[in-house]
Amino acid sequence: MNNNNKIFQFKLVLLGEAAVGKSSLVLRFVRGHFLDYQESTIGAAFLAQTVCLNDTTVKFEIWDTAGQERYHTLAPMYYRGAQAAIVVYDIRSEDSFERAIKWVKELQRQGSPNIVIALAGNKLDLAAKRKVETAEAQQYAEENGLLFMETSAKTSQNVNELFVEIAKKLPKTPTTRPGSGRLPIPPIDNNNNKKKCCN
Amino acid sequence: MDEHYDVIVLGTGLKECIISGLLSVEGKKVLHMDRNGYYGGESASLNLNQLWEKFRGEQNNGKPPAELGASRDYNVDLIPKFILSSGLLVKMLLHTDVTRYLDFKVVDGSYVYQGGKIQKVPSTDKEALSSSLVGLLEKLPLRKFFIYVQNYEENKPETHEGLKLKEMSMSDLFKKFGIKDNLIDFIGHAIALYLDDSYLNQPAFGTVMRMKLYADSLARYSKSPYIYPMYGLGELPQAFARLSAIYGGTYMLNKPIENIVFGEDGKIRVTSEGETVTCDQIVCDPSYFPDKVQKKGKIIRSICVLNAPVNGADKKFESLQIIIPQKQVKRESDIYVGVISAPHMVCPKGKFIAIVSTTVETADPEKELAPAYALLGQIQEKFVSISDFYEPIGDGVQDKIFISKSYDATSHFETTCEDVMDIYKRITGKDLVLTVHPNILKQQQEQGVEEN
Repeated sequence: MNNNNKIFQFKLVLLGEAAVGKSSLVLRFVRGHFLDYQESTIGAAFLAQTVCLNDTTVKFEIWDTAGQERYHTLAPMYYRGAQAAIVVYDIRSEDSFERAIKWVKELQRQGSPNIVIALAGNKLDLAAKRKVETAEAQQYAEENGLLFMETSAKTSQNVNELFVEIAKKLPKTPTTRPGSGRLPIPPIDNNNNKKKCCN
Repeated sequence: MDEHYDVIVLGTGLKECIISGLLSVEGKKVLHMDRNGYYGGESASLNLNQLWEKFRGEQNNGKPPAELGASRDYNVDLIPKFILSSGLLVKMLLHTDVTRYLDFKVVDGSYVYQGGKIQKVPSTDKEALSSSLVGLLEKLPLRKFFIYVQNYEENKPETHEGLKLKEMSMSDLFKKFGIKDNLIDFIGHAIALYLDDSYLNQPAFGTVMRMKLYADSLARYSKSPYIYPMYGLGELPQAFARLSAIYGGTYMLNKPIENIVFGEDGKIRVTSEGETVTCDQIVCDPSYFPDKVQKKGKIIRSICVLNAPVNGADKKFESLQIIIPQKQVKRESDIYVGVISAPHMVCPKGKFIAIVSTTVETADPEKELAPAYALLGQIQEKFVSISDFYEPIGDGVQDKIFISKSYDATSHFETTCEDVMDIYKRITGKDLVLTVHPNILKQQQEQGVEEN
């Protein structure tokens, strides 16, 4: 990696119905592996991965839903301040596509104004059982200014490509440099404070 | 649905969410439900439409006036508080690594009301020297007292100078240092942040610890001792709920609770929408067990939308606190004003949200807020609530129902967190140790946490 690269950091969230493969997509992208029976992830608050473009490096801080989508209890805090979102559906399920559309609307209503949204039709390896046509999803994505790809976390088809496209589309501004604007909350060290409150 | 949980938590207020998160991290199987369709209960931050619906209902055809701006730009706290930056809540955020889910801003300054106007509580030595809060003759004893407090360490008797702070009262300690009248008021209310004067007859130790907490908090960011989360305090319960979910906690909103039955097998049966689950223990806010709590006073909170900064405060300040000590306005308890604005993502640009709160003392509560209203100048819109303060009657050890207290009138989260720690101890039988939790450390190491 070129050390002179400028590094930009973005919060990316995953949205979509339970069991459409959100965690699998992330694990494929971050760790390069796929588990046939992925349990809902316990203890993983964030995963991080970088994408190198020509003259910049984009670092994604990827938030998983922690299973809170299961009973439609995903908190707005989850997608608050996210600069990018991947809304995932299962190409074998019309319902999951409908749910994805609802999430896109929610993001357009409540998300950051310039959020980059990607629509991902996952489980492309199971295309024989397809229920959502590519053209239909493609058209919806175009009408709403979304990136669109069909992916397979299992075969890794289009997974890296999806993240690269998002990385390209994200605005690279000074405020997206790592550490900019975030108030550090250092550990509290008792009995180690020599400063006075007033005199 | 025929499942058993270690703990069922009812209500997603801040206290319940912190406890839920702590228990999940410990490996307990937690089900967390709320009758509302949103997180936070009383500790939620509302957008303008929600605020209007709650306070005004069908007034103006159920729609907030257009001049207030876009609903989504608002995140207004129902219970105003600031976070002491070295306080218990920050310790809990660090203990659980929940700091990573949130962004904070330092509150720009703190003011205290004296003789009809507000004066800045000094945050630097320079400000302290030029401040008119302290008379010339008072400066020397005050300085001596502050140095004593600053050096005092519980475990180092040589710093005690022979004074037994756990035995002598605070008013005796003030006497000892020759501190009186207005200065006592200033220290007790603007630094130790007590909301009434009952602390004067308590052992001095508590007040000295509070003063040290204030000084430590101020030293962290130097503008003021407080921080505040972007998008409002309502982010806090959501962040702890995420922690709980990450460690396996199950979340359900929109779940009215129809029935809670104590089985002879020691299990508690909780029924919602016709489905019953069992658990060993319940944690909840007072609203879930009206017959197991008692009323202990009332608190008035008035949310004011302003079009200009507060008169007399620094015009550049995006956020500030004003403390009106009780004696200044001939009351028993202090009035607080918390002001936040657009940079905190709580209202549109150009607007300010000022929330006035106090313990109700008369039959005409809103009139009690008059001194605060006078400071705010023109108020564009006002949403006033008066709520009862509830405390559980029992400690839950017998019936396994652990009920939190209502949120009190204090201006910070110390008592909130003390209640959480107390409930935690009653549930688990052990003290909550606020170093980074071993399970969180393990996760951080596995993920190779990178710091920028």
